[in-house]
Amino acid sequence: MTTAPATAEPIKCDRPPELKVVGMSKHFGSLVALDNVSMTLKPGTFHALLGENGAGKSTLVKCIMGFYTPTAGEVLIDDQPAKIVNPRDAHHYGIGMVYQHFTSVPAMTVAENLVLSRYDRTNLINWKREMEALEAFMQSSPFQVPLDLPIAQLAAGQKQKLEILKQLYLHSRILILDEPTSVLTPGEADEVLGLLREQVTAGQLSVLLISHKFREVMAFVDEVTILRKGKFAGHGLVKDLTVADMSEMMMGEKKEPTPVHKIIQEQTKPVLEVRNLHANKDNGVEAVKGVNLTVHSGEIVGIAGISGNGQREFVEVLAGQREATSGEVLVNGEPYGATRAEMYKHKVFALPEEPLRNACVPHMSVAENMALRTFDRPPQAKGFILVWRAIRDMASGLIKQFAVKTPSPETPVGNLSGGNVQRTVLARELSADHIELLIAANPCFGLDFNAVDFIHTQIVNARNRGVAVLLVSEDLDELLKLSDRIIVISDGQFVYESAIANADFAAIGRSMAGH
Amino acid sequence: MTTEAATEAIGWWGVPLAIIAGTMRGGTPFLFVSLGECLTEKSGKINLGLEGTLLMGAMSAYGVSYLTGNPWLGVVVAGIAGGFLGAIHGWLSQQRRVNDVAVGIAMIIFGSGLAFFLGKPFIQPKAPSLPTLELGAWSSIPAVQAALQISPLFLLGLAIAPLLTWFFKSTRWGLFVRAVGDSPEAARAMGVSIFKVRMLAVMAGSFLAGIGGASLSLYYPGVWTERISSGQGLMAVALVIFARWNPIACLWASLLFGGAQALGPSLQSVGIKEGYYLFNAAPYILTLFIMIFTCSPKQTLAGAPGALGKEDG
Repeated sequence: MTTAPATAEPIKCDRPPELKVVGMSKHFGSLVALDNVSMTLKPGTFHALLGENGAGKSTLVKCIMGFYTPTAGEVLIDDQPAKIVNPRDAHHYGIGMVYQHFTSVPAMTVAENLVLSRYDRTNLINWKREMEALEAFMQSSPFQVPLDLPIAQLAAGQKQKLEILKQLYLHSRILILDEPTSVLTPGEADEVLGLLREQVTAGQLSVLLISHKFREVMAFVDEVTILRKGKFAGHGLVKDLTVADMSEMMMGEKKEPTPVHKIIQEQTKPVLEVRNLHANKDNGVEAVKGVNLTVHSGEIVGIAGISGNGQREFVEVLAGQREATSGEVLVNGEPYGATRAEMYKHKVFALPEEPLRNACVPHMSVAENMALRTFDRPPQAKGFILVWRAIRDMASGLIKQFAVKTPSPETPVGNLSGGNVQRTVLARELSADHIELLIAANPCFGLDFNAVDFIHTQIVNARNRGVAVLLVSEDLDELLKLSDRIIVISDGQFVYESAIANADFAAIGRSMAGH
Repeated sequence: MTTEAATEAIGWWGVPLAIIAGTMRGGTPFLFVSLGECLTEKSGKINLGLEGTLLMGAMSAYGVSYLTGNPWLGVVVAGIAGGFLGAIHGWLSQQRRVNDVAVGIAMIIFGSGLAFFLGKPFIQPKAPSLPTLELGAWSSIPAVQAALQISPLFLLGLAIAPLLTWFFKSTRWGLFVRAVGDSPEAARAMGVSIFKVRMLAVMAGSFLAGIGGASLSLYYPGVWTERISSGQGLMAVALVIFARWNPIACLWASLLFGGAQALGPSLQSVGIKEGYYLFNAAPYILTLFIMIFTCSPKQTLAGAPGALGKEDG
């Protein structure tokens, strides 16, 4: 990266400057990710950038930050053209970004991360002086994070606060936040956004917030700019708009999610029983600390929790990807070790998170991936020989039935979009004639409205057919919509359980935060 | 071997004495290579090619010492030769879809091949060795005197270990190296050039490994032969894992390996000839056991740089 000594120090000013984006376009080859978008971030305002996944929000802010070189268009700071070719230049103009994924170094302490983030040229670090300066900074900042803890030991909420603190520490006057609350409890999100709102109101900061949570937009934001399929789709003051107006601008048409029709199950039996299960994380630290759970047929049990509280390890044990350190898993009353034979016998299926990593072989074709459960049994196999025609025919049928958009059944599944990878897995896992147990983990993460709606409908249909469903999700709205019973996991333990009819939103939020 | 004649005078005491001497002598190349590998791995790259770098360093140090008569110039050239091989590794291993380990194996073969090719003329002649510090001058026993001949390179290595710890903690570049090795995404977001940091870390690590080679050919055993490194470069990689990527622990681990290496010769010097080859295999057996005890399929190693050996990091 080129170094520009003249721009190493930020322009220190008390008031945030005005940020204007004029006619910004970005093409990736033939794909137009951003098409002639303009917007203005007025000084001292809280501005939201709204849009579906793939609408171009991230592309736009990455162009502003100098991560991407825009195909056309420019950025004006206080009406002066600004040349921003890398994040360091953006920093010079007082623009700082908080990313969707944490950008702190896990093995380093908070203090080390803060010092490291500074764009100055001190080569030797005088830790005594730095610690004094950092403690003084921490005193004056809106939220506090312990300086001497390694990042790996911070909770998600603290990490997110640190990311914002980092920008304040760098004297950024314009903060760009890329879905900062996706890993926070509703309570934590309100705290963080509320404190930023105070700074904005005081005229200290401007904030550009990328979000798709209308609740946050309505509560904290002054102005919105809406993108759809890379194009400008609308703009306005939040006080003049309703949620319905904004969602219509986001999606281009009014769309109501398909309502969930749950059939009341007459006779249920326990399908999955988990008894006092313990499991470790990769680094040997205990992640699941003795959980007990029963899932009955025709029931969706939702597990809520902030990521990193043991739900990933829990699902991995149930899916056979991780060994439990102690405890028992029973399916239909028999010990279950997630071997292929047991999965087949008890009809256990799974929709794991990150399907491309956990449920597909990316270089194998869509047809081969769809056959992973069945290729070794008739009619797809005769003895040791695979019957390719049967595999292809089944795949063609499933591609049609589950509306998988793929050039052909022979296309490697890794070439498909996220939504279509998930549909491929869904087709494989939900097409079996008889399913007893379905384990789903964040099945809709990062998918667009249509894909989410489709998956929700499929899961509820499975439940109505009498399948026992365990749904682990970080999306509370999804859980409240689909579950019959909701459980909260915090620090590897189940800390809250309630039938959905009696579930208390505030209590769920509190137990997610570990209170 | 000098110790062999000397130990006759002091009998069985020769065994611990020879092990102490061997710890300092045999430990020196381990120390340099492991510190070099530690620096390299902290930046997220694995360099197995240090085996080749070690040989190249040994050869070039010996050759330059022989040609110029100045062993210190040989040490410097050994470091530079190492840095040159490191540059090749650093560049190659950061190309798209290129795997560190595969490049490292190629570099072992390339480095040793180059060293054997260029080193042919230096196998026979005797090059001036590095001067040693006679810390045993107080004793009248020749065995003690011989054992306490300390190389300045060993002392240099002793100094570099804490220096490296300080570098990782209290310098900006040290923080960059750790950030790049643990979370390249975070480093990139901070505007740090991952390529540049890794390139320099690999080169500096190889520079140290080159000096480790110089200690082989100019100090102990003090000759240039093609079998001089006997896998020490590879063992040093295992040693870094054992030391949990901590430079000070690298120091203790190097001394342990050096001592293990001295076991065979020191027992031989008091007349135990049976199992000579078995005792000589001690460092390799130690490596194997360390690998078995420190690796577990159920957990990742504590202290391992987060992005170590991952592609497109």
